[in-house]
Amino acid sequence: MNEERYQGKGVFGAIAIGRVSIFKRSEVTVKRERIEDLDQELARLEEAKSKSIQQIQNIYEKAVKEVGETNAQIFEIHMMMIEDDDYNDSIHNIMETQMVNAEYAVALTADNFAEMFQAMDDGYMQARAADVRDISNRIIQNLTNCGQRAEASGEKMIICADDLAPSETVLLDKEQVLAFVTELGSSNSHTAILARNMNIPAVIGVGAGFVQNIHDGDTMIVDGFTGEIFVNPGEETCRKYRSRQAEDERRKSLLQELKGKENVTLDGKRVNIYANIGGIENIGAVLVNDAGGIGLFRSEFLYLEKTDFPTEDEQFAAYKKVLESMAGKKVIIRTLDIGADKQADYFQLKKEENPAMGLRAIRICLTRPEIFKTQLRALYRASIYGSLGIMFPMATSVSEVERILDICGEVKKELEAEEIEYSREIELGIMIETPASAVISDRLAPLVDFFSIGTNDLTQYTLACDRQNAELEEFCDPHHEAILRLIELAAENAHKHGAWIGICGELAADTSLTETFLRMGIDELSVSPAFVLNLRDAVRKLDLSK
Amino acid sequence: MKTFTYTIQDEIGIHARPAGLLVKAAKGYESEITLTCKGKKASAAKLMAVMGMGVKCGDEVTVTVEGADETAAAKGMEEFFNSNL
Repeated sequence: MNEERYQGKGVFGAIAIGRVSIFKRSEVTVKRERIEDLDQELARLEEAKSKSIQQIQNIYEKAVKEVGETNAQIFEIHMMMIEDDDYNDSIHNIMETQMVNAEYAVALTADNFAEMFQAMDDGYMQARAADVRDISNRIIQNLTNCGQRAEASGEKMIICADDLAPSETVLLDKEQVLAFVTELGSSNSHTAILARNMNIPAVIGVGAGFVQNIHDGDTMIVDGFTGEIFVNPGEETCRKYRSRQAEDERRKSLLQELKGKENVTLDGKRVNIYANIGGIENIGAVLVNDAGGIGLFRSEFLYLEKTDFPTEDEQFAAYKKVLESMAGKKVIIRTLDIGADKQADYFQLKKEENPAMGLRAIRICLTRPEIFKTQLRALYRASIYGSLGIMFPMATSVSEVERILDICGEVKKELEAEEIEYSREIELGIMIETPASAVISDRLAPLVDFFSIGTNDLTQYTLACDRQNAELEEFCDPHHEAILRLIELAAENAHKHGAWIGICGELAADTSLTETFLRMGIDELSVSPAFVLNLRDAVRKLDLSK
Repeated sequence: MKTFTYTIQDEIGIHARPAGLLVKAAKGYESEITLTCKGKKASAAKLMAVMGMGVKCGDEVTVTVEGADETAAAKGMEEFFNSNL
């Protein structure tokens, strides 16, 4: 047998080598039949529909457990589609006017609606045709009482199919599936999204006719990184991929091994590696990836998901939860950083010519201190539940920092007058994200406990490159010497005045700069949870004595 | 009758999930709620029709509310658009 190579799109990076199992779907052929009793046929349809909804409800619950609520929501949409007025009107209409069976009316309606989606000029909406077919096939199967059942065998197999509906993907038994490959599908499809979340190597869009050319039991290599598929691979390909697979697994287990290890270089220099998160739901990822703390907790989610200002108590509850979940590890919460690309209508911010340089972040807090004070009161009240740091974005001058500290002082006095407890150990820091604050960092450092460098904005403001403008990419080099010099300056000044300094922008995760940062004396790097162990690995390989 | 217009901010427009939420929200009111966008019209209570409009980021949607609870419904829908789309 000759080796054959196919190319699709990889949706989850991992390699699988195994045997093929072609996905069998009990094909239901729908016949058009005339009926005599419309009411009886409608009752049969209603029964099949409610059975379908019950089944999707079960799939939904399985999906919530395996891939999380956000990804499971598609099945809620499926249930709503079954109850959609237009969809049902169309089915009823066909049955009534033609006096035909429900199966036929559902199939015809499915075709019409799927065509409508397919004809839209938007890839995302075209992919919704699969959802209409999925629910319609389920109703038809329930009408004909012809269920589908995957065969169970002891061996883990590579599932190959023309296409997999989202419900079929979730119903695959993870213990039985090594990988899956489909002829159709876009990276927008819910099936692709589900695959990523189920951690199964998957390649989609291999092209029509693929399944016809393969057989149950064929040997297959699936490369989820590149989207390559090899059917009946030769000796040499097998060897190559076995070693790649081993290497990938070694890398992943190495990262697992690094859990619980210190962030220390070969010559004994330590650095804190913390995580950046944007909501309470990410705390799990922080803990799983063994971050030493939270270096940037963006508080905007409390504001952006609302239609009105969040109350002090709502905020208090959220901050308390984060601090308690982190059990005494450092949690640095950044105060409101709204404006520029992050907008909430109820703030009623004026439209600005140049929002990146406009009324944003601490500037809003200082012009509308009542908003700022509500947040600070909630933070101070929550501080007794853990180790809190509060960080202020976009401060550019000594007088701004002094005003911030005055307001913190007022909040403390108020709480004392009301006999409300707060921690005396709260650390206060500012973000260094403008050239101005880096240049005068010698004046700012004595006022605060720490600096945290926001490299994304620092890059944008130093190089005068709008970060939202993709065409500027070649001019917007975050490794630019000007930026590195500003970071170094801030680090020197922080240490001179007894403050510590961290980096929480994207640059912190760039391992080609880790050595540079450590040599500058950076005390903390805060990155996305997924990069924590990778960065630890890089730190542990460095030797700064050389 | 109450009317307001809203410009979609969500990057992928009214996709499946927000369409589902929109229909749920619209069904919570007695009033007839209609969406108009790019010359197409759809009842906000009908999921497939709402998705079928293909509303994208930057599109302007006109929402018309008519019925017994139209004041509350218009306010509720406006809040919904502001926070979800």
